[in-house]
Amino acid sequence: MRVLIRMLNLVRLPATVTTVPPFQGGLDGVFVADRVQDGMTEAGGAEISPQTAWMIAVRDRRDRAAFARLFDYYAPRLKSVTLRSGTPAAEAEDIVQDVMLAVWHKASQYDPARADVSGWIYRIARNRQIDLARRKARPEPEDLMLDASHAPEADQIVAMAQEAGELRRALGQLAPEQKRLIEKAYLGDMSHVEIREDTGLPLGTIKSRIRLGLERLRYELKELRKT
Amino acid sequence: MTDISHHVPDWMIRDYVGGALSYAFDLVVATHVSMCDECRARLGAHEALAGAALDASGPAEVSDGLRDAVLARLDDRPRQRPRPAAFGVFPAPLAEALHGRPPRWRSLGLGVRQCILHEDRTGSARLLFIPPEQAVPEHGHRGLELTLVLQGSFHDETDQFEVGDLEVADSDLTHVPVAGKGAPCICLAATNAPLRFKGFLPRLTQRLFRI
Repeated sequence: MRVLIRMLNLVRLPATVTTVPPFQGGLDGVFVADRVQDGMTEAGGAEISPQTAWMIAVRDRRDRAAFARLFDYYAPRLKSVTLRSGTPAAEAEDIVQDVMLAVWHKASQYDPARADVSGWIYRIARNRQIDLARRKARPEPEDLMLDASHAPEADQIVAMAQEAGELRRALGQLAPEQKRLIEKAYLGDMSHVEIREDTGLPLGTIKSRIRLGLERLRYELKELRKT
Repeated sequence: MTDISHHVPDWMIRDYVGGALSYAFDLVVATHVSMCDECRARLGAHEALAGAALDASGPAEVSDGLRDAVLARLDDRPRQRPRPAAFGVFPAPLAEALHGRPPRWRSLGLGVRQCILHEDRTGSARLLFIPPEQAVPEHGHRGLELTLVLQGSFHDETDQFEVGDLEVADSDLTHVPVAGKGAPCICLAATNAPLRFKGFLPRLTQRLFRI
């Protein structure tokens, strides 16, 4: 609950966030962080994306209006990605539905200090698709158990959001050929073809950020176990 | 676990995130990441990148009623499958592959034992139990072979592998892994093609034991 109070103090959910700007197709629309500037949310003088703010509102306050906004933003994208990866059209909306319900039910596991909200939702979607395709639960890494008392600092959340924003900008500046590689790797059909090539993207800084979050979490969990 | 020195290659983390790996390789990556913060952070970075790609994807039109249908179901009890917790030397993903029960070992001779976890046309995953200082028969493989140490250690011509370390051996490598001194070596081995053993006897064993 400390998170809730802290976030309510720091995160002003602006009325403008209902309008997510129209999207151009393909990776040309990667300047998301830039385009939704108007809807950016203030937190301690820095910015987190509206999607992050909605997700935190869903997690901490079970906010249905914020969830509806998440739906409006993610459902069309999830459907598009699901179709691209080879799922029959008839099943695509079922998957979108499952994924959005999972976002609601798993909200307590969302940690804005360690994960980008779009990446977190992407993971839920991929896992769901794979579970269905294999008719078997996909192996997932062990969860680091978040205790109710685990409250990431607001500055960590903002730092994570900034790193994710940087990554989007870097992605936006890639040559078309590199963009196609990224699309192929994450949005393409999930054939077992190992392309042993690097994405060539600067993932180092966001990795360091996540690692910092992990170290802090490990430390906090250790302290918790002592008490 | 700060002293892991052999990690999952970056392209494999990327393909785990993108969903392009087989079940057997998914299992190895998920198990290693459970033991390794470095790779957990790298996986997070790739997820953030995938999230950015999701943001940038051209949205598809969804049916009119879909949003209301989802909103109407928010209070439904979520379908949750219980996932077995980690036990012994087996992190949660392996505990799940073992259905929460200790491995049922089958002898391969010379004290070496195995427990097949998964096998299909995309590859296989199995646990290996190798007594201290015992060698696993020389073998090559058509595809890739991943070996993740869960207990003890092993070494081969290339290097030394301790708990949490992952060896990625491609088809060029014909190697003889030897378990280290001390505790028996328990590892998770996965391939994306059947193994090839040299010599008649191992080949026969291969047929009998499906390795």
